Amino acid sequence: MTFDVAAVKKDFPILDVEVHGRRLVYLDSASSSQKPQAVLDVMNEVYETTYANVHRGVYAIAEEATARMEDARAKVARFVGAGAAREILFGKNVTEMINLVAYSWGRHNLREGDAVLLTMMEHHANVVPWLMLRDERGIELRWLDFDDDYQLDLTDLARMVEGVKLVGVAAMSNVLGTLNPVRRIADAAHAAGAVVLVDAAQYVPHNTTDVAALGADFVGFTGHKMLGPTGIGCLWGRAELLEAMPPFLGGGEMISDVRIDGFTPTELPWKFEAGTPPIAEIIGLGAAVDYLTDLGMDRVRAHERELTAYALRALPDRLGDELTLYGPASPDDRGGVISFSYKGIHPHDISQVLDERAVCVRAGHHCAKPLMRRLGVGATARASFYIYNDEADIDSLADALAHTGEFFLGDTRK
Amino acid sequence: MPGLEDLYREIILDHYRNPRNRGELPAPPAQRVEGFNPLCGDEIVVYLLVEGDQVVDVKITGQGCSISQSSASMMSAAVKGKTVEEARALIRAFKGMMSIHESRLEGDDGEPEPVDPEIKLGDLAALQGVVKFPVRIKCATLSWNTLAQGLDEAASA
Repeated sequence: MTFDVAAVKKDFPILDVEVHGRRLVYLDSASSSQKPQAVLDVMNEVYETTYANVHRGVYAIAEEATARMEDARAKVARFVGAGAAREILFGKNVTEMINLVAYSWGRHNLREGDAVLLTMMEHHANVVPWLMLRDERGIELRWLDFDDDYQLDLTDLARMVEGVKLVGVAAMSNVLGTLNPVRRIADAAHAAGAVVLVDAAQYVPHNTTDVAALGADFVGFTGHKMLGPTGIGCLWGRAELLEAMPPFLGGGEMISDVRIDGFTPTELPWKFEAGTPPIAEIIGLGAAVDYLTDLGMDRVRAHERELTAYALRALPDRLGDELTLYGPASPDDRGGVISFSYKGIHPHDISQVLDERAVCVRAGHHCAKPLMRRLGVGATARASFYIYNDEADIDSLADALAHTGEFFLGDTRK
Repeated sequence: MPGLEDLYREIILDHYRNPRNRGELPAPPAQRVEGFNPLCGDEIVVYLLVEGDQVVDVKITGQGCSISQSSASMMSAAVKGKTVEEARALIRAFKGMMSIHESRLEGDDGEPEPVDPEIKLGDLAALQGVVKFPVRIKCATLSWNTLAQGLDEAASA
């Protein structure tokens, strides 16, 4: 049970653009997704009809802008199964939201010698803030490794979480595509008295999300990977944890009182939202949530599972043994992200030659250098799928990869 | 749009497939300098043996794309046996070939360093096509910036 991809494609104006005289084959949605017309329209409409700063003006358009922004927050809350809209915080991206947790929760709760457990497949966004805290506070970092099928090795989990104060885990790897057993890890973490931070940047856009079912305490995700605009990151946090945390950034909007000898922060969620927020973008994210909700997240996952299964068959069939795939073998265990290397050609060179065919893939370390080192590679190429991709896109990738092989290695007589 | 043949000239692919001066030198006496391209993860290690004012030997290790690796290979062949001054002049000439675009990328309106018209880039001129692909300029200049750092360290050693 999926949906009509051809109809979905029509909703994305950029997919009509020709690049180098060819149809655009966009396979980099794990980096950032494209935006449907409905999202673009609503942001324009806000600016054209009801734009004003929020939570300040008492005039009609300011009230309207405020109401629509808070309506978008409620939509986001429902989308991830949050108990209340005040548990949804907005910042500029998921990186900032994880930094918020490391800064406000971490500095408030972690002392020298306290341990934080992370996995070997975290994005730098869920690595560097903790390294910074280690350097500042002397906390201990532990690392959960993965097995030969690129799935987290939980054999030693009970021992690994002993004495740990926070566990940080990606719900889905941005490199391997692995869908991690967040619930199992969260249960073990909670049994050990730790809180659980889930980097769901790659998960929320592609799966039905229920923060309660995940068993997490904090869940970070970002608008631009789920059809929304850039500049809008989200953090769901359990209200009692957020209440107990000191603010992150200080300034306007986040206070209830300021004196020359101190300040009183305001209530959730605005306590964590200093300064003017990206108003039109938040409303745009609300429209993106509407779009995905109408499509149905179960159907989004089913579509991407099918596409991933097709790619896992078609790419090795076409390209043979010299194609190396990094990620779980079964499409049931992974999302629509396929990292690969081919014939020893550097991923940057692959991506450059693919670009001539208007095939857009990411090349590099994907902001996961510890993982790259663990894999023993400097970089990989990565194709990633979303609702507007179909099997023809994967065929175009396979054709372009075969051409790349010929370009670099096929004809050495020239 | 510039074609791929502007970027991947045959001489570049030759240096990529058959890199010159691959390997290590004992350090010390050689300088060992690492360079990173944080955008793509390319890493290069330049071993530089300077005796007096002479670049006696250069070796390269590391991993990266065809542009960074071929540029490093050509760089090693170009500076080996040259004087330190000649090597520095080559660095200026090479970066000069790249610099208009590099300066513009970094928002630096300063005048590019003057390039001695007598400096012959030879095979290195094949890398000129890289300037049509601005995101790849840093691949081409990685080994040269690393070399410059090595020369500085050799001078102060």
